[in-house]
Amino acid sequence: MEKILFIEDESALQKTLGEILRQEGYEIISALDGEIGLKLANAKKPDLILLDLILPKIHGFEVLKKLKENAETKAIPVLVLTNLEDVKDIEKVLELGATTYLVKENYSLEEVLEKIKKTLNQ
Amino acid sequence: MIIRKFLKHLNILAQSRESGVSIWQYPQFLFLVMGIMTIVSILTAYVIGIRYVAEPEVVVLIVLILSAILLVITFTITQSFERLIEANRMKSEFVSIVSHQLRSPLSNLKWALELLMSGRLGKIEAQQLEYFGILKDSSARMRELVRDLLIVSRIEQGKLPLQTVEVSLPLLVKDLILEFTPLAEASNVVIKFEPDNSLPNVLADPSKVKLVVENFLDNAIRYIKGNGEVGIKLSREDNFLHFQIRDNGVGIPKEDQKYIFKKFFRSSNVLKRQTQGTGLGLYIAKSIIERSKGKIWFKSEEDKGTTLHFILPIK
Repeated sequence: MEKILFIEDESALQKTLGEILRQEGYEIISALDGEIGLKLANAKKPDLILLDLILPKIHGFEVLKKLKENAETKAIPVLVLTNLEDVKDIEKVLELGATTYLVKENYSLEEVLEKIKKTLNQ
Repeated sequence: MIIRKFLKHLNILAQSRESGVSIWQYPQFLFLVMGIMTIVSILTAYVIGIRYVAEPEVVVLIVLILSAILLVITFTITQSFERLIEANRMKSEFVSIVSHQLRSPLSNLKWALELLMSGRLGKIEAQQLEYFGILKDSSARMRELVRDLLIVSRIEQGKLPLQTVEVSLPLLVKDLILEFTPLAEASNVVIKFEPDNSLPNVLADPSKVKLVVENFLDNAIRYIKGNGEVGIKLSREDNFLHFQIRDNGVGIPKEDQKYIFKKFFRSSNVLKRQTQGTGLGLYIAKSIIERSKGKIWFKSEEDKGTTLHFILPIK
């Protein structure tokens, strides 16, 4: 079973996206802040990471940077899922090595699911 | 008493109350005080000057005191302007923060509804689906409003990010027409457009231009009464691409035409027909097109229809 680490402080989103992913047969590991997210990424070695940007304790940018600096987590694809949509934020995130940048507003749950499946199949 | 009546006539008291500042911070009132003070000072100086011709030092002293009072009033006026500027900035910031904060709960609502409606959590009866549909449409409207407010606050703070890349307008328009076909069919409106793919690309921000065309299409379809037709034309004009969208809708009354690009303005004949809409769309469209080095304008006749135009620079 493929493991997905979901770093997101909104528990409502953890629930909805988590539910649909579980139904699709993935194992979901939840982290409600950046610090726990980094710890779990190291400990559980997920196949994919879903990352929000505005997070308590450690900001998403920093989490992404640390994930990509660490040899053990470097190869894990990171899908950034956020409501920030400034061009500068998008550029920064892609520069730091994220696989995709998704603005929550613009995507339906099924479309996010498609993106996750596609990334995992690559 | 006379002053009070005069103020009432000028409506300064009511206006200052409406804008939530005390009368002593209200620039218009302060200007009035300064005007009166200036007249009084000149008169006093004149009278005293005549009376104390023999003692010039008294005259100088009094003129000095009067000048000092004027200086204090001027200073208060500058300060009150600063306060107004600050208040305006805070208003933009307030709108920006509130809309940002609204986005998360609105995304939660959207995804939770999608999950419920997908039937993944159990079968949904047709009648339930209808009400879920209402929730979905209403939350979509809230999201649109929040999106528009965010764009407006960014425009006002001069922080609207514009990316400049090559955009194919014919393709963008074609895609949007596809998106709008269900709404058009439901409103008995035919959209006519013959894409000419040989037209050059324009230089603009695709997501922002999409917003503009989306808004035009939405307006055109919404404000047609009964059966109607919306026509879109694209043509090249020197170094610009010219976009026009014509409808045979309700049109814009002559007296409203000069306000049409103003923020929150909604035409009287539109308000009679439907209450939906914020009056932000055309304000946003104008800002986006002008910041992309283009121009925007329209021609309209009440009860006949409206044609909206914009031009954008080509590559």
